[in-house]
Amino acid sequence: MTNVLGQVAAVARRSVIRTARQPAAVVFPLAFPMLLLLVNSGGLDASTKLPGFPTDSFVAFALAVPFIQGALFSTMNAGTDLARDIQTGFLNRISLTSIRGVALIAGLLAGAVTLGLIQAIFYVVVGLIVGVDFASGLLGILVLLVFSALISISFGALGIFLALRTGSGEAIQGVFPLLFVFLFLSSMNTPRNLIAVDWFKAVATANPVSYLIECVRSLIITGWDREALFLGFGLAIVIGIASTTVATLALKERLVRT
Amino acid sequence: MEARGNSIEVEGLVREFRKGPRAVDGIELRVDPGEIYGFLGPNGAGKSTTVLMLTTLLPPTAGKARVGGYDVVAEGPKVRSVIGAALQEAALDPMLTGRDHLRLQATLQGIPRAERKVRAQELLERVGLSEAADRKVGGYSGGMKRRLDLALALVHRPRILFLDEPTTGLDIQSRTALWDEVARLARDDGVTVFLTTQYLEEADVLADRVGIIDHGHIVAEGTPEALKAEIGLPSVHATPAEQDDRERLVAALAPYGEPLDGSARDVVVRLREGLAGLPAVVRAVDEAGLTLASLEIQAPSLDDVFLAKTGRSLEGAGGDDQDEDETAA
Repeated sequence: MTNVLGQVAAVARRSVIRTARQPAAVVFPLAFPMLLLLVNSGGLDASTKLPGFPTDSFVAFALAVPFIQGALFSTMNAGTDLARDIQTGFLNRISLTSIRGVALIAGLLAGAVTLGLIQAIFYVVVGLIVGVDFASGLLGILVLLVFSALISISFGALGIFLALRTGSGEAIQGVFPLLFVFLFLSSMNTPRNLIAVDWFKAVATANPVSYLIECVRSLIITGWDREALFLGFGLAIVIGIASTTVATLALKERLVRT
Repeated sequence: MEARGNSIEVEGLVREFRKGPRAVDGIELRVDPGEIYGFLGPNGAGKSTTVLMLTTLLPPTAGKARVGGYDVVAEGPKVRSVIGAALQEAALDPMLTGRDHLRLQATLQGIPRAERKVRAQELLERVGLSEAADRKVGGYSGGMKRRLDLALALVHRPRILFLDEPTTGLDIQSRTALWDEVARLARDDGVTVFLTTQYLEEADVLADRVGIIDHGHIVAEGTPEALKAEIGLPSVHATPAEQDDRERLVAALAPYGEPLDGSARDVVVRLREGLAGLPAVVRAVDEAGLTLASLEIQAPSLDDVFLAKTGRSLEGAGGDDQDEDETAA
């Protein structure tokens, strides 16, 4: 057991080191969501005047989005790193050691969680600096970080699955914009009850990303909203179970070692 | 160290791919403990596919193989615990340092934490990478990458080492340094080495025994000396001064031995009477009124062995097969 935990930690450490040594991989996931937050807050601030808008601060409303964007970056990072390992033969090297498949996946996910948490802490700090008042308090921030870790696992495992199935970093980068479409077709910029266009409202309601955003948003602007937390955590857990299951199966298929 | 535990035994090993021919077609071989076995063949001959099967990374379609006394199909984890492997193209992470790689490998191989640092330093010194240990691998030369690759394969003190074309693309200095280290491993540490190569010189210098593979079949096996002795006779390589005289030169040399494939300019004949036949060859050329640009006598090489067994020269024999890596992926 100690050995397996050591293997998980070693694989995670490698993920973090290799990301930390690529400035673009560190700066972009931190800067891009903040830039989008800045642009949206500037352009959509008037939305807060709409009757029924849940807060008078659009920054507080929109701050939920970077947490989900950060998780999407985790998907791409975990996936492209693994795809590169497949292409270069590094996965074969690892396969020749005594590592177990579960330790490899757990290690890759632990790396994604570490990076996801660093991003989440950065977003929280930026939120506090610009004056966002976290309605659920310090405990709510801790819950928010736990939720960020959970969605990093869910989306990270999806990236790992894609890497194992395709073995191509380019394929994962091709899927990434598709995942962003889910983000834009959610309640990212407007509460669902205020979306006036019927088809968009229907899509946003069916889109699981809406509930992930609303879970984070509730902790920032509402306080302890049981329903939002239940739906957000529930969906994140379901996505996490599904994606880690398919990733584990894909690893078995990819590693044909005897 | 248990002697039998260092051997490699292969019986009727086959690997078929869905869209290709049999990459490996019923090979039989045995590598004794502490031996360096050179597996020689052109690109696409089946060398890498054989290594992937023997290192448990690819299940065989048929046949049996025991590595270190363990069955490669039924006892994969046990096989992996006794082997080290440096596969084709040093698979390294350009963002990690040499020391990071060794630390990761040592952890994944289950080496106790207290030993990892010492073992990493010991291996870095052994392969001459101490000074570059904390530099990112992305800045290493090809030779440094190959040496690190070898160090990684040795982290857990394997009894059997698989090296898949370890010196491809290296300059002669790096190549010689790697040969010295491989020879030392076998001589001093009793490590059994299974080395694939397409370099005749590498097999000749390094291997105790050589197996020559072509189109998935082993076409010859033995010590380099025995294989060359089997071919026996030297060959004469004559280049006419005028290219138009080539056909006349072929006719003039034909009575003195078996013609072999040479380049478009050369005429190559294996001398039926050995070196004793050389004066007659010179006289025949003179009597035919031919002028030569060069005349060379060559002792049999492993290429001659390959030529004799397959009808083709090893150099340039590759390329007509499916790409081995592609099929093995």
